[in-house]
Amino acid sequence: MTDFLLLAFIFLTAGIVAVPIATRLGLGSVLGYLIAGICISPLLAGIGVDVISIQHFAEFGVVMMLFLVGLELEPSLLWRMRSKLLGLGGLQVLGSVGLIAGAAVLLGQPWTVGVAIGFVFCLSSTAIVLQTLNEKGLMKSDAGQASFAVLLFQDIAVIPMLAIIPLLALPELTEAVNTLSTIEFDGGGHASDEGHEHGLSLVAGLTGWQTGLATIAAVGVVILGGTYLTRPIFRFIAMAGLRELFTATALFFVVGIALLMSLVGLSPALGTFLAGVVLANSEYRHELQSDIDPFRGLLLGLFFMTVGASIDFRLLFASLGVIIALTLGMMAIKTGVLLILGRIFRLEAGDSWLVGLGLAQAGEFGFVLLSLTVASNAIPQQTADYLLLIVALSMLLTPGFFVLHERLIEPRYRKTQQKTADDIDEVSDVIIAGHGRFGGIVNRMLRAAGYTPTVLDYSASQLELLRTFGFKVFFGDATRPDLLHAAGIAEAKLLVIAIDEREQITELVRYVRKTYPDVHIIARAVNRPHVYELYAAGCRDIVRETFDSGVRTGRSAYEAMGMHPFDAERLSRKFVEYDKYAISQLAETYDPAKPIHRNAAYVARSRALMEERENEVFASGGAFAARIDRGWSPPKKEDVDAAKAKGAKLKQSD
Amino acid sequence: MARLLLIYAHPGQRTSRANRAMYEKARAIEGVTRVDLYATYPRYDIDVDREQRRLLESDVILFQFPLFWYSIPSLLKEWIDLVLEHGFAYGAGGDRLSCKTLMLAITAAGPADAYRPSGYQHYALRTFLTPLEQTARLCQMTFPAPYVLHGALDAAETGEVAAHVEGYASLLRSIRDDSYDFHAAVERETVTYSDVPFLLGV
Repeated sequence: MTDFLLLAFIFLTAGIVAVPIATRLGLGSVLGYLIAGICISPLLAGIGVDVISIQHFAEFGVVMMLFLVGLELEPSLLWRMRSKLLGLGGLQVLGSVGLIAGAAVLLGQPWTVGVAIGFVFCLSSTAIVLQTLNEKGLMKSDAGQASFAVLLFQDIAVIPMLAIIPLLALPELTEAVNTLSTIEFDGGGHASDEGHEHGLSLVAGLTGWQTGLATIAAVGVVILGGTYLTRPIFRFIAMAGLRELFTATALFFVVGIALLMSLVGLSPALGTFLAGVVLANSEYRHELQSDIDPFRGLLLGLFFMTVGASIDFRLLFASLGVIIALTLGMMAIKTGVLLILGRIFRLEAGDSWLVGLGLAQAGEFGFVLLSLTVASNAIPQQTADYLLLIVALSMLLTPGFFVLHERLIEPRYRKTQQKTADDIDEVSDVIIAGHGRFGGIVNRMLRAAGYTPTVLDYSASQLELLRTFGFKVFFGDATRPDLLHAAGIAEAKLLVIAIDEREQITELVRYVRKTYPDVHIIARAVNRPHVYELYAAGCRDIVRETFDSGVRTGRSAYEAMGMHPFDAERLSRKFVEYDKYAISQLAETYDPAKPIHRNAAYVARSRALMEERENEVFASGGAFAARIDRGWSPPKKEDVDAAKAKGAKLKQSD
Repeated sequence: MARLLLIYAHPGQRTSRANRAMYEKARAIEGVTRVDLYATYPRYDIDVDREQRRLLESDVILFQFPLFWYSIPSLLKEWIDLVLEHGFAYGAGGDRLSCKTLMLAITAAGPADAYRPSGYQHYALRTFLTPLEQTARLCQMTFPAPYVLHGALDAAETGEVAAHVEGYASLLRSIRDDSYDFHAAVERETVTYSDVPFLLGV
């Protein structure tokens, strides 16, 4: 127990200290974790920790990452991006793999190793690039969208790569490992063909076609289960009404699928990716995303730390020159490929440079593939050690590349860049938080006008109801920043807050104002003090939830009492106008620290206003009534007589 | 028997002296469909289809309103703008109102002698009404002389309102019974309560 706690403490401390510093320096979190790993490696060696076995555990983070990648793959998004995705992304991967493999062969590697190296290097760092582009506000620019398309294609390309790498295994390496493992497990009596993997297997004793059948069955289970079982399961879980159960369910899905896949001898990453794609259109997508994301983040962090901890510094310093040369060479190839593609796909020259330099590094998937290539005997360990250093170094150089672009290249092209308008369609510009009796109306109105808001709600029964009417609604607690982020708040134009709880509304306004100051917020206020509270929190578009219906009821009451409908309409409008005035008057005395009934100034002002109103509205012939009729009351008799007299004078003068 | 549609437009009915009484009087007359525009559409959201249906179901359409700034109250203008649609009331295929009658019942603050070149309103009353007259012509409707109460502000005291309301009732009844002399009425400038008896017997 103490050992475990100590180990956890060391990793957590390293991560907490190193990552914020690295992010602040613009290096990105991946490098932060790597550096943390490097820093704690002597300590880990000192207490005799088996870094590699921790790394195997942490690789589950990769499985989760692919699940999330799958979740992101909305068919509609893919369809919209198809030309960029396949063209730019596909050619980038093919071109980079080909050229890097060629270079590797020229340097004396066998072609299989060359291809494996191409796989490792062609993938850029999604984490670093998206982070940087977001920080610089370039995500929506042409260059940002092109980068995103390439990164997305790379994420997808990982799947076939995972399948191909075992086929690239070097015969002599595999033999050596097999001999070793046979010796090792001879006593146990169940030597495994796969060398390092010797866990449970459902397909161990089966013939080829039986294995095939089992594999197809497992994939079928994932697809059918994902399509038909998720909703009933989530509904069942929702009955308990406990947040943590959703997290547990999400983990259950991922772990279960990974387990099933390893049982039939498929890659768990592949299986969860597939499940992610199946669930991408589900209304629980955002919920799953935000539940899994922290685990993915932590486990990947752990993974990168173990990568950092296993960096061989003796090797680095022994062949520093070679490693730097290879790194720059690799980055030059990738930049070159992207520059050519940028020309083909008619990107502005400045944008091409940004994409090319921005995506020049190898990325976190490189580490993942490296550990797989070594495990599948596709790349010898010594070569992998070099490659690891190259990947890490290229990531380390990336912030420098961005600076290079900003300082030297962008100024040269700035003039031509200003011409191009930014015409990227959004998935949805509007987010509605809360789809009850209030938000539902907003949703219906927006849909009627052709908008497609993203709706978040936390009530499974409400959700079920909406689904029957064909609305697209996502399940989740809108007050959670991660869920909001997953719903696309960073790109949204408008957030409508229609949830019920007063504190949560205010909290949400405060958070969004601070984090995404450009998003317009329309917030529901539960009562008048809440209006002041929301105003103080920075919201300028506040709607009292029951005010308008109260006014309409009052108007109906006027009519029921015999008032002419047009008078009722005008009087209720006057009332609204008056109420706005009163609210602005009382705002001056409002003190968030005091409840209103203890706020003497508020009470006094409020009373004065009430008297004023009674005089104005209800006293017959009062100022308010006069204002109502102004305009349509007939002219006074004196005026008419005066006009007549004037007319008479005119007549006399003819 | 003619079917009558009474479109009544008055935004300030609480201060009305003549119009409200006229409208109330019309209630008791069978065969008259009454529409208080400001009560039906207090928020100006006119139901065009319903209004067109009403027009098709009537023979004589009567606009009753106080003259505001030599023109009609704004909601009546909105009603005309929306309901007298192209293809319905005018233009290609727009003959659905042809052979029907458009008539006005107006109250005016100024006395009769103000509406002449030497009077302070300078123009004849019918000059101010030419847009409505031409509207009727474009819709192939006949436009008989409007029923007018002059000096509506004084009229309550002089007892003229009562006479005007009674005249209004006889007018509506005789239109309904097809006994109103439209031929004579088309020739006249205006019709007042004192003219009504001469137009009743056909």
